[in-house]
Amino acid sequence: MFDMISPQLVFGQLLIGLINGSFYAMLSMGLAIIFGLMNVVNFAHGAQYMLGAFTAWVLLNYLGVSYWPALIIVPIVVAFFGIMLERLVLKPLQNLDHLYGLLATYAVALIVEGLVRQKYGSTGLPYGSPIPGGVNLGFMFLPYYRLWVVVFSIVTCLGTWLLIEHTKLGAYLRAANERPDIVESFGINVPRMVTLTYGLGVGLAALSGVLAAPVYQVSPSMGSSIMIVIFAVVVIGGMGSIIGAIATGYMLGILEALTKVVYPAGASTVIFVFMILALIIRPNGLFAGTGKS
Amino acid sequence: MSFEKAPTTAMQSGAVLRVENLSAWYAESKALHGMNFDVREGELLTLIGRNGAGKTTTLRSIMGIVRKRTGSIKFKGDELIGRRVYEVARKGVGYCPEERAIFSSLSVRENLTLPPVLQKGGMSDEELFKTFPNLLRRAGSQGTKLSGGEQQMLAIARILRNGSRFLLLDEPSEGLAPVVVKEIAEIILRLKTQGFTIILVEQNLRFARRVADRHVIVEHGKVVDILNAAELEADMDRVQTYLGV
Amino acid sequence: MNMRLLWLGLLAVVLIVAPFFTYPVTLMTILCFVIFACSFNLLLGYTGLLCFGHAMFFGGAAYITGHILKTTHVSLELALLGGVGAASLLGLLVGWISLRRSGIQFAMITFAIAQFIYFIMLQMPFTGGEDGMQGIPRTKLFGIIDASTSFEYYYVVLAIAALSVALFYRIVHSPFGEILRAIRDNEPRVESLGFKPEHYKLLAFVLSAGLAGLAGGLKATVYQFATLADVSFPISSEVILMTLLGGLGTLTGPMVGAGLIILLNDYLSSFGEWALITQGIILLIVIIFFRRGLVGELNALRRKMRTKASPKAPASAEFASRSPGA
Repeated sequence: MFDMISPQLVFGQLLIGLINGSFYAMLSMGLAIIFGLMNVVNFAHGAQYMLGAFTAWVLLNYLGVSYWPALIIVPIVVAFFGIMLERLVLKPLQNLDHLYGLLATYAVALIVEGLVRQKYGSTGLPYGSPIPGGVNLGFMFLPYYRLWVVVFSIVTCLGTWLLIEHTKLGAYLRAANERPDIVESFGINVPRMVTLTYGLGVGLAALSGVLAAPVYQVSPSMGSSIMIVIFAVVVIGGMGSIIGAIATGYMLGILEALTKVVYPAGASTVIFVFMILALIIRPNGLFAGTGKS
Repeated sequence: MSFEKAPTTAMQSGAVLRVENLSAWYAESKALHGMNFDVREGELLTLIGRNGAGKTTTLRSIMGIVRKRTGSIKFKGDELIGRRVYEVARKGVGYCPEERAIFSSLSVRENLTLPPVLQKGGMSDEELFKTFPNLLRRAGSQGTKLSGGEQQMLAIARILRNGSRFLLLDEPSEGLAPVVVKEIAEIILRLKTQGFTIILVEQNLRFARRVADRHVIVEHGKVVDILNAAELEADMDRVQTYLGV
Repeated sequence: MNMRLLWLGLLAVVLIVAPFFTYPVTLMTILCFVIFACSFNLLLGYTGLLCFGHAMFFGGAAYITGHILKTTHVSLELALLGGVGAASLLGLLVGWISLRRSGIQFAMITFAIAQFIYFIMLQMPFTGGEDGMQGIPRTKLFGIIDASTSFEYYYVVLAIAALSVALFYRIVHSPFGEILRAIRDNEPRVESLGFKPEHYKLLAFVLSAGLAGLAGGLKATVYQFATLADVSFPISSEVILMTLLGGLGTLTGPMVGAGLIILLNDYLSSFGEWALITQGIILLIVIIFFRRGLVGELNALRRKMRTKASPKAPASAEFASRSPGA
């Protein structure tokens, strides 16, 4: 039975898995960073990712700003929106049950997605690839842009991880994850740090959105549909574990793609099955040992 | 009870910190009921009392970690109530919590060098490692892998870095072996001779007697007595009844 | 107490004459969501568990009830019970898995599992996939009572809703309900008293799932169809909004919330996306400005006025019962 599966199909799917996994990893990482410091599950993460893609689309189609400058401008713009959100919505809720933070960011996601859909409709909008063409590797065709996405996401994840694990700034962040009050008692402005960290997480989501625009269609629901997977990734990887989020993200992207080769009908559910199995076998998360909460 | 009024009359001059009629709340429950005391420049003051008397809450209220407060806390003439925790720290107050709060995700070196240098007068990393040589030996290991005594040293050491000259130490002797307690006492005495002003929360009376100039006895969130070292020695029985030993 | 009886009587009269004045299907929808909101309130309001995918029980039972009615000739109540049973069983499974984590993670896991159920329902042949399950017959209740018109069927739904609310009231005011509230307020303490919180939470979850299943099955018989919308996330989110808007952990709040949101949806149904946007705005306002919800704020106001009028009056019965084991 397996000899009927062509290598083209396998490698093609593997590439798709790696691409999806790149987005899962980047988004889960941002979610884990925000959760670690604020104990808020940022449900608006998907909406902020979608907003990143849409902002890039709007910049291109209304202002003629191309992909490359958008890659820098968009995360800053959307991060600013995130910072406003943190100040106006999350700060007043920070001393309450953390479920309120989840629900409030969910409400924001609902509003943002609804507004975008109201303005641009439900159908996906195309965004041309900034690096057209590709290379034939013999066993498969590799579009340049997809290669760029994979490399860029690996560099971003690695860079962010190094920043958090091996710099002074990262040490503040890790310490504040554990005891924000003590870090503040050393004279560090922790409230501002929280705001900026949320901004960083949101900026990462928007960056992923720009990166995704040429790969997927730019549509209002792109955020909420990826959010479902991201939740599963974070649950599997262990909440607040950055390296766990990254590794699980890539792993699940590939798992999903391979399932598509072997059992296409199971591709949409395999991640959830995996989550359920992981919960039964390792209730504290696959990477709980390296987690930080 | 009559001692509550004492500080405002007798000890006006040279007070670095003046706490007046301080009350504090955890959510809805009131933990401090009008505290009054002050701390003089270069002095080592202890807060003594039973568990739950409000000693730790007093330190946390000074620091601003307990936010719901009334009354007044003046540090070098500036009101601390209403300030954020980091603002209090930047005025030169260092806080070492009872649970030590060594960060498990940070190495010993990272733990030690975490506090930023806020003002002159803080110890450099070299000085710190010279004062606490055993921390240098374990600099690379995970903060929480240290022994209890080493963790306590680390917790004290790191607040010496940012230049605070006013230290709040919460039960540094707790849960440590006598030989380690002795070591900690020596460190604290050395800090005192270097001119640090210190408020020390203690339940270990023997430890407190060794190091302190004055003792503030706390009961049910109030100051019930203030004794200097000589008075304490002369009236140990009374102190013992306060502590219930 | 007499006041309360008077209000109840008045409410009963209003409910009985209501279909003479408005569209019975809207009323029945509200009643279904009243049951659904009660089931959700039992979890979040009284046990402190946020299930972020309650639609799986609602929609799952809608399909099961519909399937039973379409393929067999059993009477209505048995089909509804079939839906309740299926939802409870699903609740047992989901609870067993998701209660391994608490708080936010529990919410995220239930969210993901609900999505899983959604995909399964999409792929299962019996649900009709994207087209949904059409033409669900309304068989006779107990095999004798024929209620095929919407007007007649309203009274069946009303009776079932009244029984469900009464059941919910019994659960909440039973010793079991006391323990649930104690778990909500201080789980370690309940554990230290020798109870096993996880057992109570699982039972609460199963009961809630069953009640949600009743709501979903009933809805399938009201509309005579079941679709993917019933198992989809917007339904899960609506019930959260209803509960918070009305008042978390208050007896009547979520029912009030259910009525308001259904009416709002009806009103906004022709305005495209604005129905969802409005829901988001309401949710945000409720979370930031009045977390006690409409009924909760009203109760707080009444309590305040009462204590002002007679400072020595004992706390109201509701307040006393909300601080268990104090």
